[in-house]
Amino acid sequence: MSAAAALPEPAPPKANYLNISYGVKSWLLTTDHKRIALLYMGSITVMFALGGIFAALIRLELVTPPGDMVQAETYNKLFTLHGVIMVFFFLIPSIPATLGNFLIPLMIGARDLAFPKLNLASWYLFMAGAGFAAYSLVRGGVDTGWTFYTPYSTAFSNTHVISAAMGAFIAGFSSILTGLNFIVTIHKMRAPGLTWMRLPLFVWSHYATSIIMVLGTPVIAVTLMLVMVERGLKLGIFNPALGGDPVLFQHLFWFYSHPAVYIMILPSMGVISELVSAMARKRVFGYGIVAMSSLAIAVIGFLVWGHHMFVSGQSVYAGMVFSALSFLVAIPSAIKVFNWTATLYKGSVSYDTPTLYAIGFIGLFTIGGLTGIFLAATGLDVHVHDTYFIVAHFHYIMVGGAIMGYLGGLHFWWPKITGRLYPEAWGRVAALIVFAGFNLTFFPQFILGYMGMPRRYHAYPEEFQVLNVMSSAGASILGLGYILPFAYLGWSMRYGRAASANPWGAKGLEWQAASPPLTENFETQPVVREEAYEYAHAPQERAIV
Amino acid sequence: MSDPISERHESHIVSPLLYLLVFGSLMVLTVITVAASRYDFGAWNTVVAMAIAVLKATLVVLFFMHVRWSSRLVRLMVAAAFAWLALLIGGALSDYDTRGRVNPPVEKRSPTGALLEDR
Amino acid sequence: MSEAVAHHAEADRHPALAHHFEGLPEQKEAAGLGMWLFLAQEVMFFGGLFACYTIYRNLYPGAFAAGSAHLNWKLGAFNTAVLIGSSLTMAMAVHAAAVGKRRQIVAYLLMTVVLGSVFLGVKVVEYADKFHHHLVPGAHFRFEGPLARPVEIYYSLYFAMTGLHALHMVIGIPILLTLAVLAHRGHYSASYYAPVEMTGLYWHFVDIVWIFLFPLLYLIPTHAPH
Repeated sequence: MSAAAALPEPAPPKANYLNISYGVKSWLLTTDHKRIALLYMGSITVMFALGGIFAALIRLELVTPPGDMVQAETYNKLFTLHGVIMVFFFLIPSIPATLGNFLIPLMIGARDLAFPKLNLASWYLFMAGAGFAAYSLVRGGVDTGWTFYTPYSTAFSNTHVISAAMGAFIAGFSSILTGLNFIVTIHKMRAPGLTWMRLPLFVWSHYATSIIMVLGTPVIAVTLMLVMVERGLKLGIFNPALGGDPVLFQHLFWFYSHPAVYIMILPSMGVISELVSAMARKRVFGYGIVAMSSLAIAVIGFLVWGHHMFVSGQSVYAGMVFSALSFLVAIPSAIKVFNWTATLYKGSVSYDTPTLYAIGFIGLFTIGGLTGIFLAATGLDVHVHDTYFIVAHFHYIMVGGAIMGYLGGLHFWWPKITGRLYPEAWGRVAALIVFAGFNLTFFPQFILGYMGMPRRYHAYPEEFQVLNVMSSAGASILGLGYILPFAYLGWSMRYGRAASANPWGAKGLEWQAASPPLTENFETQPVVREEAYEYAHAPQERAIV
Repeated sequence: MSDPISERHESHIVSPLLYLLVFGSLMVLTVITVAASRYDFGAWNTVVAMAIAVLKATLVVLFFMHVRWSSRLVRLMVAAAFAWLALLIGGALSDYDTRGRVNPPVEKRSPTGALLEDR
Repeated sequence: MSEAVAHHAEADRHPALAHHFEGLPEQKEAAGLGMWLFLAQEVMFFGGLFACYTIYRNLYPGAFAAGSAHLNWKLGAFNTAVLIGSSLTMAMAVHAAAVGKRRQIVAYLLMTVVLGSVFLGVKVVEYADKFHHHLVPGAHFRFEGPLARPVEIYYSLYFAMTGLHALHMVIGIPILLTLAVLAHRGHYSASYYAPVEMTGLYWHFVDIVWIFLFPLLYLIPTHAPH
């Protein structure tokens, strides 16, 4: 059902959360979850552009085998800043802080999150963290890798480690408070009749994500605190020359940073569940299992961190256990992929922009996930550890997965957020460019890594050049694919056609609210009397055995 | 997920006498903590000290923090927090405690498959 | 699918009731869950330090015993008693609020502040002593013998753990004072005292952390064979 079908022109704009008040103060002191979502959207877009610039510089350097564009030390700063910015200041907040903040109260029929002022505080904490990261950047950057491994980061690096670590530390508390807010909201503020098993899967996935945010983030916070103290006071907590253990740092770091990757992908999976259902006009196949799989990913995700440490000196026994558990954690993710596919099967699918991103996600996430299984096998991981195989693996999930989900969700809910329709033709073109550019950038990297090209090196042997050139060419196409939505979505905010409350004809309480919604979301408290995704012609589901 | 107990909790007032009793117990346990540290339990020293600390913490959680009368959800959150802490410490320990102790047998072979040395 | 359900009339809303909650009970439960989640993340925050402690005590049992021997266990025990006492007075403050006894709330909150301040005063004395004996990790650390490096790690953890704990008290005490002022002005009653109760949860958590820190840092047995 195309959003561009002929609809009656909506009435002139009524009061909504955007026009209810004007002025900088009304935005900087807002407690409206929808405005806070937009504040975040602005911030993370800037951070994404910054991280993207570093990616562009990396790919430029890697067009030629010798390190001829920048010195090795500078290159180290490029990939570090790319990683720190993309992980801590883009991916971790992205969907939860923007789409999650905006949609969760709407999806559950509430007027706001449980703690609106805490929500605003979360954004300010994010900005403070970004400020420290920017300070580190401006003063010359940091070169430790986003992983801050000791003792290089604490005793040997001559770059601005403390300010970068402080930035991540503060941003971590933004994340913790957001997760806390979501959990309480989902427990306590659901509309009458909205039982747990009627919740949209987007809400389930954010609930699971929030568990990780609350229980995992504090560990990296205290670890970064120790790194800052060790570096500042020249202590030896993680420095082997002074009796410390660098592997202990890695245990503490990865205890968070592995679950963190599930913070980055679970919300995107929630988006895909919504897109697939709406675009196929069909209940999500196996709703209950998909909901439980989000929780399973969150819990099992905490049990596998040692698979980042197979070559660190960790015990063989621990390695075997972490390997087995890493195979296990793939199962709930695979379940989702099967169920999304089954949802699309025999659905009446419309190939709009959100659908393209969703289908792209399913394919690319599957590739990324399967390569994760390869890496869970200790024997194979030893061979490809710290090569481009790893880089390709996580970019397939983070970019092919998480970012495609973010873009799909952004387009799907754009009419709700802005009250405008984006130009659908441009949307589809950009989605295809993103898909093509992405694969050209990252598929060659699987081959490079398997052939032995190490990561974090600014020079490489001649025989790797062709694949590197392909990757860099892909990166420029991907970059174009990202700039296009920025342009036409921005254009649509001013010139886009006005949207009705439910341009997609989708199920979900958020589509009951106006586009854009009132500040208090609903004029009267909604009451829920049916299951989730009750589309008109659900019987197809029974044809699938 | 509203639990009737949480509704009751609002009107549940704990008697000050119970608080005093708990306080007294905590004081006694503190004395025991110090006394136990002077006695050599051998390999069990740390276990004993931690067991007493856990008992004290349990009293504070159940009575001072009212978890005794709290909803299932609150109890689940408390349990989850300590379970995750145990996971962090246990997980790291399981690495250190098994180093050098469990090594799968490795046969050294030449590229053509001949056995080089026994392990 | 959705039906109109009337909101409560504006007139009978309690002044402390936020606009996005239906009633005070819902708001209080939400506050409680929020505070418990915050405490859960605090468990993991301190937990990272406890993990470091566990690993290093396993690796350097002799150094940890030697470092602990320089701590004054009597001051530690005194502080433990003081902090548990402050937990009692905090619990009594919450009780006073629940039964609507305004003056008692203020009195118990102030007692908690006093006890908390005594605790911090003792910590200042202890830290000053460490400083004089060159046991503060860093440039001026001095310890005789081959165990110097791991002993410095022990003291790094000592200062990190007790310092983080003390920071939580330094944050808590002004909050308690604020509550005392508000209680004095009649802000709390039997029908609304959630901030007092939530602060109580926070304060009890700080007490629990110390309950573990005391034996782990002050009472490491020197006669332990391993």
